[in-house]
Amino acid sequence: MTWARAAKGSANMHDVKSAEAALAIEGLSHWYGSRQALDDVTFALQPATFSVLLGLNGAGKSTLFSLVTRLYAVRRGRIRIFGHDVGPSPGEALRRLGVVFQPRTLDLDLSVMQNLRYHAALHGIGAREARARGEAMLARVHLSERADDKVRNLSGGQMRRVEIARALLHRPRLLVLDEPTVGLDIKARSEILGHVHSLVIEEGVCVLWATHLVDEVGDKDDVIVLHLGKILAHGPASELVAQSGAADIRGAFSALTSASAPDEAA
Amino acid sequence: MSTLSETRPSPPSLARYAICLKGIVWREALRFLHQRERFVAALVRPLVWLFIFAAGFRQVLGVSIIPPYEVYVLYEEYITPGLMVMIQLFNGMQSSLSMVYDREMGNMRTLLVSPLPRWYLLSSKLLAGTAVSVLQVYAYLLIAWFWGIEPPPIGYLTVLPALILAGLMLGALGMLISSLVKQLEKWRVRESSPLLYYVCELNPFTHAVELVRFALYAQVNWVSLAVVCGCTFGFMFAAILAYDPARGVLARRGAPGGEP
Repeated sequence: MTWARAAKGSANMHDVKSAEAALAIEGLSHWYGSRQALDDVTFALQPATFSVLLGLNGAGKSTLFSLVTRLYAVRRGRIRIFGHDVGPSPGEALRRLGVVFQPRTLDLDLSVMQNLRYHAALHGIGAREARARGEAMLARVHLSERADDKVRNLSGGQMRRVEIARALLHRPRLLVLDEPTVGLDIKARSEILGHVHSLVIEEGVCVLWATHLVDEVGDKDDVIVLHLGKILAHGPASELVAQSGAADIRGAFSALTSASAPDEAA
Repeated sequence: MSTLSETRPSPPSLARYAICLKGIVWREALRFLHQRERFVAALVRPLVWLFIFAAGFRQVLGVSIIPPYEVYVLYEEYITPGLMVMIQLFNGMQSSLSMVYDREMGNMRTLLVSPLPRWYLLSSKLLAGTAVSVLQVYAYLLIAWFWGIEPPPIGYLTVLPALILAGLMLGALGMLISSLVKQLEKWRVRESSPLLYYVCELNPFTHAVELVRFALYAQVNWVSLAVVCGCTFGFMFAAILAYDPARGVLARRGAPGGEP
């Protein structure tokens, strides 16, 4: 845990309430029966930043997402979204959160717009407003002309873009994506990564992007390395690379994860 | 310039609840329209029973005059309420199965990240499923009318609340089963939930049939009404508890589609 640091330094000009972290996780632990999935996870994300939650399969990424989205109750630790604890005030926290789950969650038999309008309704957005927002969001992901097509007829990359559009319909300030590029080809992957990056820059959304693919990490991204339920490192990618002495983030990641098991006690 | 950063005042709280309910019912209706085979299948079962079995049994079986009937009725008229509730039972079990399936596909997750309270989301889903089952029952009644089963016209109206109540009860039972389905593989009903066991012993299905039977003739069977009301609340309460993140089975089971 030597490299772990609280991400307090990153400047933020988009949000006046800059003292408030977009996502603050403190001392979060979780168990499935006797198996510990998360061990004392602590980190904070500032508004209008792009952070990558980097970890191999089984590192605890999906568990973390289930806790943040309140599918499971937090048993130890705290999760706050813009200051709202997901335990006592889930409504306020979930209102500020947009989610793209790893498995596809669109209704295949309904049209793209119908899926968006359903999601809007779940957030209490009326039909007219929902249609307007839906059209605006689809234009952003370049799918306006597919609005009335059934989701079943879209490609994997297009479905992901619809899911991102859907996650932003209620205008959350925090967007979390769990392995959003799984099963996509290289072109679709880079398109989605580029689109989500542009959301941070243009809209000031805070993004937490979970992945096991090291090549999705950009040099300027904030990186959180999660391994076997523990945070091994947190900081800008370039800093992690420099500290590890490796040539690139791939080297830094493998150095961290292979070193963690033996010298964890130190 | 921005599609995201403008902040409009959100509609008042009550309107949000109404919009959410409307959206859930609307989606259920759309899914129903897209699955015509489901509609046909739901009607085929009771109609086969009505056309073939009842036609055969009418020669053999007579039903004595017991309330709510005031005259001698044919067997097919007698079993009609049973077939109506059977449609709702199948509908409840089907939506329970689709919920298990939904959850694996993540649709349940989409529902549960809504900022509205979870009990409200689950109740809305229940109401939506009930609305679909009531539609199916009326379609059946229409066909049955052509077959000569003609309850008093007022019965078509008075049966509606009974159908809603029966639909809610069976839907809630389905929802409860969907949340317990992993547990049922391991434990039997009696061990896992003594409450559920006693409820089964009460035989809520029979009472639902009697409630509908009386309502179809513009009468009320108070005992059945009490049992069905009690079971509806009991099942719903248990289902909401089961989907509660703190107490529910979700956290013990592990994430759907996630890690085991």
